[in-house]
Amino acid sequence: MTAREIASSVRAGDRSAVQILDEHLARIDAREGEIHAFNHVMADEARRSAEAVDATIAAGGDPGPLAGVVVAVKDNLCTRGVPTTCSSHILGQWRPPYDATVIQRLADAGATIVGKTNLDEFAMGSSTENSAFGATRNPVDTTRVPGGSSGGSAAAVAAGFASVSFGSDTGGSIRQPAALCGVVGVKPTFGRVSRYGLIAFASSLDQIGPFATDVADAALCIEVVAGHDRRDSTSIPEAFPPLGVELGRGVDGLRIGVVTELLGDGVEPEVAARTREAADSLAAAGATVEEVSVPATVFGLSAYYLIAPAEASSNLARFDGVRFGLREERSSMPETYDATRTAGFGAEVKRRIMLGTYALSAGYFDAYYGKAQKVRTTIIRDFESAYESYDALISPSSPCVAFRLGDKTADPMAMYRNDVSTVPSSLAGHPAMSVPFGSGADGLPVGIQVMAPALGEPMMFRVAAAIEEAAT
Amino acid sequence: MPETTPTAPPTPITTDDVAKVAALARLSLTDDELEAFTGQLRSILEHARDVEALDLDDVPPTHHPYPLRNVFRADEVTPGVDRDEVLGEAPATEAGMFRVPPVLGEAP
Amino acid sequence: MSSPALPHGYEMVIGLEVHTELATTTKLFCGCPNRFGDEPNTNICPVCLGLPGSMPVLNGRAIEFAMILGRALHCTVCPSVFARKNYFYPDMPKDYQISQYDQPLNVDGHLDLPDGTRIGIERAHVEEDTGKSTHVGGAGSSTKGRILDAGYSLVDYNRSGVPLVEIVSRPDLRTADDAKAYVSELRAVLVATGVSDAKMEEGSMRVDANVSVRMPDAPLGTRCEIKNLNSIRSLGRAIDYEARRQIDLLESGERVVQQTRHWNEDDGRTHTLRSKEEAEDYRYFPEPDLVPIAPDDATVADIDAALPALPAERRTSLAEATGTDVADERVAILVERGLDDLVTGAVDAGADADRTLTRAVNDLALDGADGIDPTDLAALVAMESAGEVSASQAKQVLADMATSHRPPAEIAAARGYEVVDTTELASLIDGLIGANPEEWRRFCDGDAKMQGFFVGQVMRETKGQADGKIVDQLLQERRPPEVLNKR
Repeated sequence: MTAREIASSVRAGDRSAVQILDEHLARIDAREGEIHAFNHVMADEARRSAEAVDATIAAGGDPGPLAGVVVAVKDNLCTRGVPTTCSSHILGQWRPPYDATVIQRLADAGATIVGKTNLDEFAMGSSTENSAFGATRNPVDTTRVPGGSSGGSAAAVAAGFASVSFGSDTGGSIRQPAALCGVVGVKPTFGRVSRYGLIAFASSLDQIGPFATDVADAALCIEVVAGHDRRDSTSIPEAFPPLGVELGRGVDGLRIGVVTELLGDGVEPEVAARTREAADSLAAAGATVEEVSVPATVFGLSAYYLIAPAEASSNLARFDGVRFGLREERSSMPETYDATRTAGFGAEVKRRIMLGTYALSAGYFDAYYGKAQKVRTTIIRDFESAYESYDALISPSSPCVAFRLGDKTADPMAMYRNDVSTVPSSLAGHPAMSVPFGSGADGLPVGIQVMAPALGEPMMFRVAAAIEEAAT
Repeated sequence: MPETTPTAPPTPITTDDVAKVAALARLSLTDDELEAFTGQLRSILEHARDVEALDLDDVPPTHHPYPLRNVFRADEVTPGVDRDEVLGEAPATEAGMFRVPPVLGEAP
Repeated sequence: MSSPALPHGYEMVIGLEVHTELATTTKLFCGCPNRFGDEPNTNICPVCLGLPGSMPVLNGRAIEFAMILGRALHCTVCPSVFARKNYFYPDMPKDYQISQYDQPLNVDGHLDLPDGTRIGIERAHVEEDTGKSTHVGGAGSSTKGRILDAGYSLVDYNRSGVPLVEIVSRPDLRTADDAKAYVSELRAVLVATGVSDAKMEEGSMRVDANVSVRMPDAPLGTRCEIKNLNSIRSLGRAIDYEARRQIDLLESGERVVQQTRHWNEDDGRTHTLRSKEEAEDYRYFPEPDLVPIAPDDATVADIDAALPALPAERRTSLAEATGTDVADERVAILVERGLDDLVTGAVDAGADADRTLTRAVNDLALDGADGIDPTDLAALVAMESAGEVSASQAKQVLADMATSHRPPAEIAAARGYEVVDTTELASLIDGLIGANPEEWRRFCDGDAKMQGFFVGQVMRETKGQADGKIVDQLLQERRPPEVLNKR
């Protein structure tokens, strides 16, 4: 049952929100031990909000477009009074004194928030193995990773623990796990969804977006949470356009480019094959489809792995044992900082903090961080010139299907290469989403990435809907 | 796309550099960790060589992907948070304040 | 104003960094009250506590105030961005300070001191204040507030995120007195524009001094930065001490080491805080959570049009209106008290300029002059010039004018300050001479005490309303000429 169907049945009074919640809790009970999608299941809070939705219905009111829809949220989104951990020991079991804007908007839309999902610590990773609380497993094949960093949110939807979920995407952290778990995942234009209350990894790249079982549910979710927020200075003032009308329009007459650089070496043959098939299906539906070069995207990974750690090194300074979370108390404050941060952060987080500190430090700023921000400009320019000729671009969402747990943990660089197709649109701040399209090696899901220029969500959803239609 | 121009490769990151960076980031590393992290950072920076070699002198940096300007709020009081709720999450408090071990010096 | 010359012909080179809190209603990046003196941690929110997930949103009025100050200091207002200055300290909740670094809001201005010296302003940028740490207890110590031997510290974030402007002067100051005058003048500009209370005693204005010494015309010497200057007086003392310390080092063949030093008010010395070699690497980079500020020409023009007259301008106007030198102390005092319009108005209404300046400087406080009409002040000065009221009576009348808003003649009459006619006084004095021949003889012989005797008698008879100068004149006129010659 889709989120749309659930909301309309709850709004019509055919089914109760509590009943819907209980069905999901039952599925969680049955499989969560095996999957570990959640850091924290909010059964009591979820029941209270489902009851409130039912009371609103009983009183003749309308709880909103997500009435009774069970939603899981990544555990880097602040939830008032509910532990918010970023899957890190350093936060302890911190209970924020406020809700993220996204959490507020979901509650206002009648959603039932069922729990906080597992992630790579501070969203740094591509497999959800870097969690201080243990890895999440892919519901499609539990010997495999769900991707990351929003692996818990992707797995929660794939396992039916929630109808839809929310994650954050800094360099692919929604699109890549969506592809690996066989669900839809959307990274909107930077600034479309308020970041207020999202615990920052890399502030100029982070965006919140939904996971759903189909494109239409993803559209519904993004419509609920997108739109200007005065608490986020980088929030886009323009109203978010309705997406529903785009989904059935088809792609007849559209010009779609397949990005050459993102289909190169390192892409699994079957993933490349599915991507070409998706392109063919768009052509069959009336689009003009061609290969297009977006040259600067080859520098995306390098630029991303300088910019994101640099911003992270500063964003993660506040985890210092003074006001919240873990403190390893020593006889002086300088020693307490060292002890707290050394005990509280995992290896991947430390690696990126140090990399970012180095990229910003005196004497290296121009060569690393400064240079990477210029590369970003060239990537934007190359995308812009491609969008002069094409309405949307496609590529694989991930160069590979879900890999086995432990396969890439020993070599950071091997793990980083998973992000090769997703980082370019992150650096450009453009919208991009992953749509399931067939399967690759071992019958594992493959995702196609649809990219569009800034504010191009309507076009992106239109193309994604056509790919989804061709896949089914 | 700009041309890549050959430049002298920068000195690879050393254990001294990593030790300095760890100190700035307030992290303590064992000798083994220092070695391991140095090797990993070196290979990541090695990969970033392609960027170092680009001649981008005339290209402006992009700090904000969506070009907004002059975002201000009105100078009006908005509700804050309850002190007890916040202090309740703190590792140590006293007299309505956050208590910390001695700081051993003034702020830089 | 003059500072003693330095030994061995050295001269000082001083640059000042002044931090002042802007008088906004709320903080720089959140809607918490910008208020001094509340219970600890009561004006806080996720933003100014640096809680995870919180984001800054810039207070538009803080930027407006900063631009007003910039224009008052003749700066160019520029497109600017905020940056993060990264360092760990408990009173800095995010462990980075949001400040302006390579693109400050205001650059290249100047401030003219009352004596006409022009001091360059390098920049005036916006940044957030820190919280406040209280250092408590310590091993074997009961002292409170000592940072180095404290047992622990307590942090209050009420001040965290309060908007500051940092005004950085060029190294144009040459004496401690100049430095003090610069801070006073800057304070006057801040108060006149209304952008800051600039109270050093409450810590809303803080001054750091960069001091070096050199032989005149030699290249700049190595400088030391002095912190913890809590009053204009300590600023002067600290600079003088520091310059002498550096000269002693140089004269004994040592070198000055670039470092940050802490002024200790109790022992009157500066002490090493840290040397430049230990300096932090702040890893500045543009704050990704805030967007650039791009002030347009119209905004700057509006600010210029609304700028109040500034102290330097007002001193020039007052000096011109009163025909005095701009360096006349009274001019600076009256401008500081905001009495320049009143004095100018009185002079325009025909009052004697010199007498008006003196009367206002001596007898009008800042807050007591509100209700006084310039023509009334002119009338009073005229009455005093004409001898219709004495100096002490004029003071009384002026005090009354401030509260009652009545014309001076009416007040003088109501107080019974009748004009004592000179003829009347003359006959009174003649009577006194006749009644006191012995005292008159001694007066004529030059006995100074007898002068007091006769004036006292006259005052008693007239109930103090006679003009002392006229009484004296009448007494002298009656003294025999040969006696005058004998003196």
